[in-house]
Amino acid sequence: MKFTGYDVGPFHDEMFSAPGVPRDGARLLMERIESLAPGELARRQHKAEQALYDLGITFTVYGHQEGTEKIFPFDVVPRVVEAKCWDRLELGLKQRIYALNLFLDDIYHGQKILKDKVIPREIIETAEGFLPACMNIDPPKGIWCHITGTDLVRDEHGVFHVLEDNLRCPSGVSYVLANRRLMKRTLPEVFAASNVRPVDDYPARLLDLLLRMAPEGVRNPRVALLTPGIYNSAYYEHSFLALQTGIELVQGQDLEVRDRRVYMRTTKGLKRVHVIYRRLNDDFLDPKVFQPDSLLGVPGIMDAFRAGNVSLANAPGTGVADDKVVYAFVPEIIRYYLGEEAFIPNVPTYLCWRESDRKYVLENLETMVVKAANESGGYGMLVGPGSTKQEREEFAGRVKANPRNYIAQPALKLSRAPVIVDDHFEGRHVDLRPYILHDGDVRVIPGGLTRVALKKGSLVVNSSQGGGSKDTWVLKH
Amino acid sequence: MLSRVANAVYWMSRYLERAGNLARFVDVNWHLTLDLPGSGPEAWRSLIIASGDKALFEERYGDYDAASVITFLCFDADYLNSIHSCLWAGRENARAIREVIPYEMWEQINITYHFVQDMAKRPLEVVENPYDFCQQIKQGDFIVGGIEGDAMIHDEAWHFARLGRLLERCDKTSRILDVNCHRMLPEEGDQSIVFDSIHWSALLRATSALNAFRRCRGRISPAKVAEFLLLDQEFPRSVLHGLIQAQHSLHAITGTAPGHYSRESERLLGQLRADLSYLTIDEVFDQGLHRFTDRLQTRMNAADACLGREFFGYPGGVAQVQVEQ
Repeated sequence: MKFTGYDVGPFHDEMFSAPGVPRDGARLLMERIESLAPGELARRQHKAEQALYDLGITFTVYGHQEGTEKIFPFDVVPRVVEAKCWDRLELGLKQRIYALNLFLDDIYHGQKILKDKVIPREIIETAEGFLPACMNIDPPKGIWCHITGTDLVRDEHGVFHVLEDNLRCPSGVSYVLANRRLMKRTLPEVFAASNVRPVDDYPARLLDLLLRMAPEGVRNPRVALLTPGIYNSAYYEHSFLALQTGIELVQGQDLEVRDRRVYMRTTKGLKRVHVIYRRLNDDFLDPKVFQPDSLLGVPGIMDAFRAGNVSLANAPGTGVADDKVVYAFVPEIIRYYLGEEAFIPNVPTYLCWRESDRKYVLENLETMVVKAANESGGYGMLVGPGSTKQEREEFAGRVKANPRNYIAQPALKLSRAPVIVDDHFEGRHVDLRPYILHDGDVRVIPGGLTRVALKKGSLVVNSSQGGGSKDTWVLKH
Repeated sequence: MLSRVANAVYWMSRYLERAGNLARFVDVNWHLTLDLPGSGPEAWRSLIIASGDKALFEERYGDYDAASVITFLCFDADYLNSIHSCLWAGRENARAIREVIPYEMWEQINITYHFVQDMAKRPLEVVENPYDFCQQIKQGDFIVGGIEGDAMIHDEAWHFARLGRLLERCDKTSRILDVNCHRMLPEEGDQSIVFDSIHWSALLRATSALNAFRRCRGRISPAKVAEFLLLDQEFPRSVLHGLIQAQHSLHAITGTAPGHYSRESERLLGQLRADLSYLTIDEVFDQGLHRFTDRLQTRMNAADACLGREFFGYPGGVAQVQVEQ
């Protein structure tokens, strides 16, 4: 398969700087792919898909019939990130995580940033992710956001922007590891020649982090991963991470709290649990504190957390910084806590809560992406370009009814990368979600999940909305 | 280990074993009907009786023809014990414990399940010639068993998997024996045994026992076949062998020394195993084979229910009383 005739369009292309001209870091990749025998790439693509199916690397789609399984489509042409570009991103991500963690600790303690009027108090107090139940809790080492998956997008000039911070329970890292494993057996000759930074130590680093988070004085902490269960869309990832780290995979029904301590129910009685990597949203975590009808959570777990008898990663309450209105203030947050300018800019954001912004947004819906402040996963949003008049009117109504809950961003011309379509390549829009661990030091996993909007022209990369993925190769030099 | 996980491992194994046995039964019955033209309806009927779901079959299908029985046993998604349903349930249990089982096992379970799903779309192919289908299911089950033995750590989870697999196997072996004897042996006390080696060798083949039987016992006779399937110590699909191994696994889980019991499940299983260990096949026939296998199944069910209470956190259990300090 050749790249001849591949159209880069009016976008930043991840592989080509101009038609037929590969970027420096992608030259080797292009040459090796083109040197494969005719039909070979398509054959390997097919084999990779079959492997995903056999391995059961699938996710569940909500809103379809219960338990509908799909493989997460995978394109075998990797996305290459050059070393210099990555090193800058890494600095920016570290800066952002340090600042956001300081922000969270401040919000749940003295709220200096509100007293200094850098962020309006009203915004925080109306943020769905703000949990008064977390006030004055001291998580070990003052760390709230242990595991983050920041969404980055690149505009037509090739500049990276942060789209979302995802400080709650970001998923997808298992695909990074599975994609890499798959790529090594799909294009071994290309991989070997490319000098790619490894990602395989993620599980070991994650385990280290969780062990370090143990309550003080615990010598041999028992760690568990709390999953909502097998019908959760990310269940594959939960079991994968438990398997890779060797920690126990538990559901709410497996845990119980006695004397403000958390135990799991085993065949030999109750065993103490010290650290929980929870992949359950805040609202479901403790029916005694949050949603009373939650069957997935553990009654009393917040009490045990507050007493310091169990550590939770991420800490509850981090969702306040995921609110898309708070997101708009992150550059101020970085300036306030670190005295620095943000290395990676935000996407320009209009807050419908501000009257002037709202007016502008409503007048320009066709060119905007409007999002609910508390939704994620591509739900609850309007992509202006390509929307119908009826959709826009309906969304305008929602914005007017609840302006605090909506923000809008100009529709970005997301960068594209070539994907295999039948017997040729076509450009599709991509984003990038690197994973970041914070246990006192912040570490960024070199690579991340490159999500692809497989539908022609689509800007939505979420797996629930027909997205796929690629392996991300960060070069060593 | 977590009670929920122990429960899932146990049932994963049970369902996979059940699917494998069903495939064996269907395969052998089909071969039998080819050898003995005209025997079809009776042969298929006895298979349904062995399944224990005669009433449901008659309500849903009526006639005992090959197409109905094969469809019912292999593909009926509304029938909880069809191959399709068993693999689905085995896989759902496996999914809940993917971090406990080797990924090769999960992969193999997927391959077999997807294969059955595929074939369920064209059941006529299987009705016309079930050989390849059954072969594939059997092989898949053997592979899972092999992975279980050779790639899974032999820890508590493994012993629960063994327990599930072995109790299921004992149950199915006793059922298929019972049904076939019912068909082939005259009423108790009647001396005019109609001996039919084709039937008996089919029964042995259905339990993967034919070669082993020939080597160890030689000429086929009903008593020898029953003895082999119930009381042989070395054949891995005999009931006694299964119970010995199951007891071994249960004691490995609890840590109780052999010859004693600390829990009710150990007592029930141990008693049953001991009874079989010192039983002769003549004593079995004196009781009547049907009555014997019926009691055997009832006692195994009681042991199974007890495992649920003692280890899996079912109501009435005692698993949660100890609290780690």
